[in-house]
Amino acid sequence: MGEVSLVDVSKRFTLRIGRETQTIQALSDVSFTVRDGEIVSLIGPSGCGKTTALRIAMGLETASRGRVTVDGREVKGCGYDRGMVFQHAELLPWLTARQNVMFGLEMKGMRGAELRETANHYLDLVGLTDSHNRRPHQLSGGMKQRVGIARALAIDPKVLLMDEPFGALDAQTRETMQEELMQLHERTRKTILFVTHDLDEAVLVADRIVVMREGRIQEILKVPLPRPRGDLGIARGTKEFTDTRYRVWKALHADAPTVH
Amino acid sequence: MADIAERSPPAPEPAARRPLPAWVITTISVVAVLLLWQFFGRDINPVFGSYPSEIAYAFVALARSGKLWAALVESLKPFAVGYGLAILIGVPLGLVIGRFRVMEAALGIYVTAGYAMPLVALVPLLVLWLGLGFAVKAAIVFLMSLFPICINTWLGVTAVPKTLIEVGKSFVAPDSVILRRIILPATLPYIMAGIRLAVGRAVVAMVIAEFFTTISGLGAIIINSANNFDTATMFVPIVLLMVMAIGLNSLIGLVERLVAPWQAEIAGRDQS
Repeated sequence: MGEVSLVDVSKRFTLRIGRETQTIQALSDVSFTVRDGEIVSLIGPSGCGKTTALRIAMGLETASRGRVTVDGREVKGCGYDRGMVFQHAELLPWLTARQNVMFGLEMKGMRGAELRETANHYLDLVGLTDSHNRRPHQLSGGMKQRVGIARALAIDPKVLLMDEPFGALDAQTRETMQEELMQLHERTRKTILFVTHDLDEAVLVADRIVVMREGRIQEILKVPLPRPRGDLGIARGTKEFTDTRYRVWKALHADAPTVH
Repeated sequence: MADIAERSPPAPEPAARRPLPAWVITTISVVAVLLLWQFFGRDINPVFGSYPSEIAYAFVALARSGKLWAALVESLKPFAVGYGLAILIGVPLGLVIGRFRVMEAALGIYVTAGYAMPLVALVPLLVLWLGLGFAVKAAIVFLMSLFPICINTWLGVTAVPKTLIEVGKSFVAPDSVILRRIILPATLPYIMAGIRLAVGRAVVAMVIAEFFTTISGLGAIIINSANNFDTATMFVPIVLLMVMAIGLNSLIGLVERLVAPWQAEIAGRDQS
């Protein structure tokens, strides 16, 4: 099982601008559930609160109101039931690829031969067996993020939380990574919450899309694309993709306030 | 058209010139300075100044008599103890001050003030507390080198990217593990810079200690030869100390490459 829910989550920040304090409502009563084995994209323009929602789900930030549950149990702070993939991979630069994967496992208490083997297994899973000895600066952007994914998967979390994981990659690498994520999902059946600002990506990877605007959920849409989605290039050509993409686009632009 | 046809074939491209290695440039620079010093130094009254060949003669005389080495060993003992303690205490202190808000608020002010402390003025007081011997010399070296090491470590901690700490948090690493396995390695370049900066201050502190407590070691040679208007001999320990500082500095650089090899690689300095 692996089901994560945000229940009536609100978040307020207090900003000091000069002498004035300003309260910013980053999230207002956000509620949604990512079901077991499902991939849900969280999409919206920058500043809409999607990353804040993800960080609250991870426990890196606390909600002002509301709660986060994993399999029905409320969670406080970070835990091994959730694995985080950061926007820029955020590998520890002094560790090799394998040591980076081992880091999370060691924190979880794994030692000895099992530690090494588990790390090797997950590096293998993301196709980095031969690069296990490289340090992050010797890896390309895509490879770094693969290590980041392996590191999060290795602790065998119930839910994978991904914060614009492919946003910093070039277009071709991004497409490869999207396909690889699909294959990984087929194999591991992990529940995934996937934050992105890329419309195509949101549709291609997800089973459902949560569209956010100004700290609220605008709409939740189903993606009628079948799984497995081996070749995303073909998926892109389908009518279902085009239709869903348009529906998401409309949700993002619905009763758009006049340009300010 | 004609003169295009008549034009001789392009000259072969000059072989790519390898840039001069750093040590060659340094050697040229040192030789040039020594030559200039030798040339102009000879015109100065030997009481007011000296020049390389005279200093070299004085060096040989001092070294042969065995006085120089005895003095060097005598000086190095409090230096090593004071400097070593400063690293052992300054680094953890800086890590803790940088990491914990309460510690920063409570202790940061003393470290900042301590860096600017006019230590020479406090030497008489230290003598009253610790006597005139080894302890006070080590203490003076310690106090002079502690603060740059501590401050640099502290600054290094505050420069650690927040996201790297969040990586630790997201894997439920306890604070102590985050400090040891994320903040310490991320801060290493700053720590090493602090340790380097402290070399210079520690050397100065050592000589101050030898001037103002029991006159001993290399400081004694400086004072005694100055009192005898033997300027060339006076320069021997001074030059020796500067050479020693350069050596220590490169040694620390070597250690840095050993403990933090990724840093040089990231900065692209691993080729030199």
